[in-house]
Amino acid sequence: MSRFKKSSGKGLKQINTASLPDIVFMLLFFFMVTTVMRETNLKVSVIVPEATEIKKLEKKSLVSVIYIGKPTRNLQKTFGSEPRIQLNDAFATPDDIRDFVTSEREQMDENDQKQMTVSLKIDQKTSMGIVSEVKQELRKASALKINYSSRKRVDMALLK
Amino acid sequence: MAKREIQEINAGSMADIAFLLLIFFLVATTMDIDTGISRLLPPMPEEEEIDDDQEIRERNVFVVLINKDDDLFVEDGFYDVNELKEMTKEFFLNPSDAEDLSEKRELTTDYFGTMMVSKGVISLRNDRSTSYGKYIAVQNELAAAVNELRNELCLQKFGKKYDNLDPLNEAEADLIADAKKVFPMAISEAEPKNVGGN
Repeated sequence: MSRFKKSSGKGLKQINTASLPDIVFMLLFFFMVTTVMRETNLKVSVIVPEATEIKKLEKKSLVSVIYIGKPTRNLQKTFGSEPRIQLNDAFATPDDIRDFVTSEREQMDENDQKQMTVSLKIDQKTSMGIVSEVKQELRKASALKINYSSRKRVDMALLK
Repeated sequence: MAKREIQEINAGSMADIAFLLLIFFLVATTMDIDTGISRLLPPMPEEEEIDDDQEIRERNVFVVLINKDDDLFVEDGFYDVNELKEMTKEFFLNPSDAEDLSEKRELTTDYFGTMMVSKGVISLRNDRSTSYGKYIAVQNELAAAVNELRNELCLQKFGKKYDNLDPLNEAEADLIADAKKVFPMAISEAEPKNVGGN
């Protein structure tokens, strides 16, 4: 008891929280600077395949993304479970890709247009038929730099 | 009229507001870095031209087929994906100058001097029903084979792996370009068609 009395007698000084907002603001600015806004709502579920020979995609402003996969579960009632293409926020057909590429190109700086990369985020269970169609359309739109989005595979042999 | 003393604004809730903003940005933003296998698609042919003008001999083509059941057919039989990398490397290197592996030609580069390089081309073909996962697995193995060849080449000549070369460093950028000339990522993909697979 006496111990408790002692501490309560002295009285714990309150920590000064005046600098707390500053700290939080600092964190806030850090996140604002380092991150990119989520632009699209995914309407298809995509689990990209694993690979080892992957490279990082620099400069997000040069990258346009095409998603291909099954519609998400709540959308399957209306759109079925066949793999679909998603451009920006909507489902699309291969024919729409050319317009998509053109409009993405127009948004870019003129110097950057040649470096435009199309990132293909495709579910690993999708069949190649639709993927080939998309690739053909990309060739027609002469968006030739592509990137098959994939996750880093951890080499099990290296771990052992 | 006595001037009223300006009251200090209570900044106690400032932290709460800042936290709120912070959490909003945490939720609304993405931090994940996009990674993947980069490829360059061949440009669309201008007209209906038959691209047989540059005749490639059969021994110089490394045939890789994936059928609708995701079976992998390489050159003369069915193989596992794990075997593909070694086969590809052997095809390009052709250490014993075998008749059925790729031919070689002389190539002179600034960094590697004159050496014999392969004329080989990988022909990758898949069925419409092949799964994308399998396709990427095969693409990955082919890329791994070429990267390993480049690694070995650079390690042998300069004691530094190709992967560790810095493209921003001028001399190393030239080295990268030369290594690419010696071992190009020569993957040709046929127009999609039904490879079939019974």
